[in-house]
Amino acid sequence: MSTTATTSEPLRQETAQQRDRATTIFEKGAPGRRAFVAPAVDVPAADPTTLLPQSLRRSEPARLPEISEPEIVRHYVNLSKRNFDLDSGFYPLGSCTMKHNPRLHERVAGLAGHARLHPFQHPSRAQGALELMWRLERALGEVSGMPHVSLQPSAGSHGELAGVLLSKAYHADRGEQRTKVLTPDTAHGTNPATVTMAGMEVVKVGTNADGGVDVEDLRAKADESVACLMLTNPNTLGVFDANIAEIAEIVHGVGATLYYDGANLNAIMGVTRPGDMGFDIVHFNLHKSFTQPHGGGGPGAGPIAVSDRIEPYLMDPRIVRNDDGSFDLRSGHEKSIGRLRGFQGNYGTFVRSYAYICSLGAEGLKDASETAVLNANYLLAKLGDAARHLPLAYGRLCMHEFVLSGAPMKRELGIKTLDLAKRLLDYGFHPPTVYFPLLVDEALLIEPTETETRETLDAFADAVKAILAEAADDPEIARNAPYTTPVRRLDEAGAAKRPIIRQPL
Amino acid sequence: MADASYPPELLYHPEHDWVRIDSADPGVAVFGITWFAQDALGEVVFFDPPEVGTTVTKDEPYAEVESVKAVSDVIAPLSGEILEVNAALADAPEAINDDPYGEGWLVKVKLSDEGETAALLDQPSYTASLA
Repeated sequence: MSTTATTSEPLRQETAQQRDRATTIFEKGAPGRRAFVAPAVDVPAADPTTLLPQSLRRSEPARLPEISEPEIVRHYVNLSKRNFDLDSGFYPLGSCTMKHNPRLHERVAGLAGHARLHPFQHPSRAQGALELMWRLERALGEVSGMPHVSLQPSAGSHGELAGVLLSKAYHADRGEQRTKVLTPDTAHGTNPATVTMAGMEVVKVGTNADGGVDVEDLRAKADESVACLMLTNPNTLGVFDANIAEIAEIVHGVGATLYYDGANLNAIMGVTRPGDMGFDIVHFNLHKSFTQPHGGGGPGAGPIAVSDRIEPYLMDPRIVRNDDGSFDLRSGHEKSIGRLRGFQGNYGTFVRSYAYICSLGAEGLKDASETAVLNANYLLAKLGDAARHLPLAYGRLCMHEFVLSGAPMKRELGIKTLDLAKRLLDYGFHPPTVYFPLLVDEALLIEPTETETRETLDAFADAVKAILAEAADDPEIARNAPYTTPVRRLDEAGAAKRPIIRQPL
Repeated sequence: MADASYPPELLYHPEHDWVRIDSADPGVAVFGITWFAQDALGEVVFFDPPEVGTTVTKDEPYAEVESVKAVSDVIAPLSGEILEVNAALADAPEAINDDPYGEGWLVKVKLSDEGETAALLDQPSYTASLA
């Protein structure tokens, strides 16, 4: 683990990497250059015009890069060095659970029987894959305390959409047209977005002084027009809502369903279960809690688990085990909301997550969650010296993540949370989530995960303190950071206002 | 971005809006967001205005501003009908940051109840609420 920027004087000189404008592979190479030369054809050549109709044939050759193998290797290796990734440093991005991805999972997912499985393979010849998926469903059912699982959704947000559509189907089947979905103001932004996608109305519920749901506000807003409450527990403040039993009672009391956003499941595996807390629907972010390279936009997996009363509406096709022990895909469930994607999901993610669950076992999963919570509290305590400038927003302890407010730092030292985040990059750390949740001024949301060592957590806390000390002397250092990254401070407003979305080939 | 400022001649709403009553017609007012609001939002990249002719209701959202951090509702400080929106913000939303009380004004409104201004804050009360 690099702890870095050894020099107290920030690097003001442009680095070689900063000077080198990143180029696409299409801008490299030269006509005729090749990385691979095909052997001479040893079968009779066929005239392509006799094989394909005119309408399917290219009128001009594809514009492919013409490039040598060493150029290709350097191109991609250099591109990868421009990225900050979990394999090169600590990545405490709150609510994203950037835990280590065990290499064993890659070995298993790379086995030909998994990696080369065709999506159209007939179920009778994909028995092993179906069994793995069926067993993963059972395991997720056990972790969540809800017996019925669908692996179809391909992201947490996709799982949320499935959940809200299931809730809608449940009410419609009972002859009720409920239009509202309640979300706390600490919710992940995907919650209100999902509600809107599902054609329903978002109603915000406030937060109490402890960082949990404002139960009185919930009581006032919960009525028979409410279809569902979407809740993350622990929430994005890293606070476990101890009023969950009362919240469930209020929500169920008006006939609504309770949805568990599983983004923060890494705090509670093997300790408590959404099903036992009274939830009806939960989504899992396999790419967070159950390891998966992520952060680049996929592929992910957002399976859902549901209670008995929601089961009839679950997506088709479902994976079933026949009496003879064989596995199959079955559709035609009368009340099912149908299919939510093509094929069965991102299979490689299932293999990795199943490998993770099998490697750790029940005790191991519990240990992972307990260590995640311990690590977060350790880091919070280590940052205690900085609390004057970066106080904890809510509570005294936390679950697997915690939110600091940079408001005093901004007021007294003249640097914003964004400046601190950018300066952390010079110290070799990926910044935590910033400016979320929205209800905390200058928020800094830190999630260390269970896979980091004590030395790494100490080094991170030291870096934060060093940046605060540096800012007390000269706030310009952080305001102009980062200095050492492939690109310096980005023009985020310019990127939003004048995006360049086409790359000429 | 200029330093914090809150002109004394304006009226303020706790949701960080300002109101400038038209000097010629007390039934017309211009709305905008305060220095505090634009500072909290960060660089504004888009203003989504209401349509001219629509009705806005005091304490209810009437427009959205998008910054590099988030999309936020803008709350109406008073009720009325939209007479005009600041069309220049379509190309230059950064005026909301650079000059929140001038070039960064948002909408001009024909007030439906001038009496509502009694519920707004004067500059000392608003700045006290920020402390």
